[in-house]
This record gives sequence, C-alpha cells and structure tokens, in this order.
Amino acid sequence: MKTKPLSIYFVYTWLLLFSLLPLALVFIASFLSRDSAHLVSLPLTLSNYDTLLSWQFANVFLRSLIIAFLTTGTCLLLAYPFSYLLVKSKYQSVLLLLIIIPFWTSSLVRTYALIAILKLNGILNAILLKLHLIDHPLSLLYSNFAVISGLVYTLFPFMVLPIFTNMERFDFRLIEVAKDLGASRLSIFFRVFLPNTASGIISGCSLVLLPAMTLFYIPNVLGGARSILLGNMIQNQFLVLENWPQGSATSIVLTATLILVLWFLRRQRKEDI
Amino acid sequence: MKSLTQKCYMLLVYGLLYFPIFVLILYSVNNARFSLQWHGFSMRWYQELMRDQGLWSALFHSIYLGLTASLIATVTGLFACVYLFLHPNYKYYRSFYATLLLLIIIPDLVLGVALLIFFNITSTPLGFFSLLIAHITFCIPFVILTINSRIHTLDVNIYASALDLGASRLTALTRVLFPLLWPAISSAFLLCFTLSFDDVIISYFVAGPDFNILPLTIYSLVRAGVTPELNALCTVTFLISMVLVILSWRLSRKSS
Repeated sequence: MKTKPLSIYFVYTWLLLFSLLPLALVFIASFLSRDSAHLVSLPLTLSNYDTLLSWQFANVFLRSLIIAFLTTGTCLLLAYPFSYLLVKSKYQSVLLLLIIIPFWTSSLVRTYALIAILKLNGILNAILLKLHLIDHPLSLLYSNFAVISGLVYTLFPFMVLPIFTNMERFDFRLIEVAKDLGASRLSIFFRVFLPNTASGIISGCSLVLLPAMTLFYIPNVLGGARSILLGNMIQNQFLVLENWPQGSATSIVLTATLILVLWFLRRQRKEDI
Repeated sequence: MKSLTQKCYMLLVYGLLYFPIFVLILYSVNNARFSLQWHGFSMRWYQELMRDQGLWSALFHSIYLGLTASLIATVTGLFACVYLFLHPNYKYYRSFYATLLLLIIIPDLVLGVALLIFFNITSTPLGFFSLLIAHITFCIPFVILTINSRIHTLDVNIYASALDLGASRLTALTRVLFPLLWPAISSAFLLCFTLSFDDVIISYFVAGPDFNILPLTIYSLVRAGVTPELNALCTVTFLISMVLVILSWRLSRKSS
C-alpha cells in the first residue's frame, strides 16, 4: 500500500510558498532600506530597528501591552466564574451555543454595535442620565475605556471556551474528598480547583492576548485618532506611510513579543503538571 | 439566595453579550435617521440596502470567494488528513504539524503583511486571486484540526478491511471513509466559509480596488459613521453568520 503522498506534498508546498516564504520575506524586508519606487531596496541596514528604540515607539508598545493585559485580565475575571456556572448548568448545550455564536460572527459588526451604546448621545449615557448618576453625558467613545470594552466584548468567548472545556474534565468528586478531609473552602479553591483548571486559564489567556495586540480595527473604530496601538502602527506604516521596511521591523518585534509571552505561558503550564 | 446571584450573573454576562446586537437590530427597523427615540417599525433602511448596487456586488464577491476558498481548503485538508491517518509513521509528521502550528500562532496581521510583500515581489495583482490564496492559507489549519479530531476516533482497520473485501482504493475512500467523516467535513467547510466571510485583517492587506468584498465595505462604512443603512447591513451579516454557526454546531454535535 505504497502511495505517493501527493496530498501532503500539495498542502506542504502551499504552506511553504504562501506562509513560510512570505514570513521570511518580512524578516528580510525589516533589514532593507526604504525606496519610494520599489518600496524596499538594498543596502542592508539596522536603522529600522534603531528607530524602534525611541520613546515614541516605547510609548505605543507599552500602551498596547498594558491594554492587552487589562483586556486579558478582565476577560479572565468575567469568564472564570462564568465557565464554572456553565459547567454546572442544566441547560449547558443551549448556553454554550449562545457563547459560540458571537465566537464565529463578525467581530467588526459587533464592534460597530458598541458605538451606538457608547457614543455621547448613546444608550449608556441616556441610562446614566435617567438614573441621575451623572449630570452631563460622559465622553466614553474614543477613549482607552472604549477600546478595552471593545476588545473584551470581542474576545470574551475565546476565554470562556478553553476554560469551559478544561473544567468539564475536572472531577468534582475531588472537592467532596477535600471537604471530607477537612479543607476549608478557601484552600479547596486555591489548592484543588485552581491548579486543576490552570491549563484552561493559560490557553484562554493566550487566545485573548494574541488578538488583543493585533485587532487593529477595534482601536481604529472605538479609539479615535489619539489611541495608536501596535496593530494600527503596523497598518499605518504599510498602507498609509508606505514605509515597508519599518512596518516589517515592527511586525517582527510584535511577533517576537507574542512568541515570548506564549513561551512564558506554556512554561507556567508545564510547571503546574 | 446563592442560586439567585448565580442566575443574575449568568443573565448579566449574556445580557452584555447580546444587548449591543439587540440594539443594532432594533435601530435597523426604527423609522428615523438620527433619533434615538422609537419612531415606529419600518423596513425602509432594508429597502435602501436592496437598491445599493455596490453592496450587492460586494456580497456576491464575498460569497463567491468564501465558497471557492472553503472548497479548495476543505478538499486539500481532507486528503492530507486521510493520508496522515493511513500512514501514521509518516517521516515528516512532526515538521508538518509544526508548520501548521506556526500558522495558527502567527498573528493574522503579520500573515497579511507577509502576503502583501509576497504578492508585491512576485508582482501578483491584488484582487480575487490574491484574496483566494490568502483565505485558503488561513483556512487550511482549521480544516486539518477539525477533520483530524474526528478521524482519530475511527479505526484504521476499517479502510484495510474494505480493501481486503475487494474494494478499490477509490471505493474504500468514497464509500467507507468519507461517509464516516461527512459531519466533520461539512462542519470544516462551514467553518472556513464563516472565517472567510468575516475576515477583515488579512483581506485588508491583500484586497485590490477591483474586487471589493463585504467585510471591507462594512469597515469603510463603519469608519465613516453610524447610519441606519449600516445598522440594517450589519444585522443582515450577523444573521447570515448566525445561521451558519448553528448549522455547523448541529453537524458537529451529530458527529460526536
């Protein structure tokens, strides 16, 4: 039964040609110089990386990281108790479907839906005014708050699904055992439940953190002109400023950061087991 | 008391998830252009949508692109999975998987940028062809993951015994393996279609001016501001995606 693995060759060639080769090109382009006619040209230079060692870039980079971490933290705080309730629920399959629907529907459409709620004469302000919690409408849209809400709103299902899948496998009899052995509620949570569901938390965090750094259209739509994040920066460098070498260098820094974070998260998981 | 707090928490989360979409749908049938107040039910924004030729062509382009990309990605992914299933000792198994994994880890944005540089260097014009290549590329890993999780529940001897009983290889594939994999194949196809239909980031870099697709049209409208027509358009795309999700969910549940 010796067949030529034609199908594998095809997929392999496809991936090499249309993903590995282009990614290698980004790496190469990040060392080239800018050329207005051909977009990139020789000589080789490190100046694209040198430019990134400025306060201006450090500012954007740190702000993106902080926003991404705040998003991940908020998602985790919301999703962890939620997943627990989901695992325990009688109507699990329907509730799960309701989480999967936003997971696969256009996040652009859902981001757009947030505008009507957050804008100056939007619904949230109208409700707060009615309740006399505020005297005049708050400018919620075009702020970091709006960007973080948009990211949390879009990425929440990415946190729930891995945590839920992991908790579903947890043997809840362990909790009974711990109770019988006289453990307090607090130590049951921190020494039995949390360590056993940690790997779900870690995959959830990596699924949220990665897109939180790169979904450029959410800050573009909700953040306004002032909030430039790493994703917008790369998009600008390529399509507006047409400085491809600089954009490539920024992409390489972004990829390296994300791989570093992922590696760190995976190491945490290994230590747990 | 405790279960009441729990119910409230669940209700709050689902409320937050669906409230913006509910508001969107409500405004899309509101008979007023600027007002937040309810001015009665009206389908006039949908009627205006129907008249917009540009949107219709973008929608057809998106569907055409999504179907072609999903078909090619699903078929190639399926054959790759079947090959790996029948040859578990394949020499390059690990490096093949590593490549797939890399493609999943690499941010969309970077893949988009990479393909833009690639198309520029090979002087491929940006348009349908570049979009098709990009969409197939980001769909393939999802196809392989979806079909692989199903194929590993099968017994490899099923195929061997079909051959022993005199079936040709083609018959063994089409009459034995494919019917067993059918739920996974169709849910992989639907998954690809939804991914392709909703993709903004990668398409943004590799789309050309001659072939406009729906997500990018929506993006340019969203940046221009909130209008009732856009509410109607977003409602329609949300409903299309929702139908596809429910379909693929039912298919994948049948298979497990």
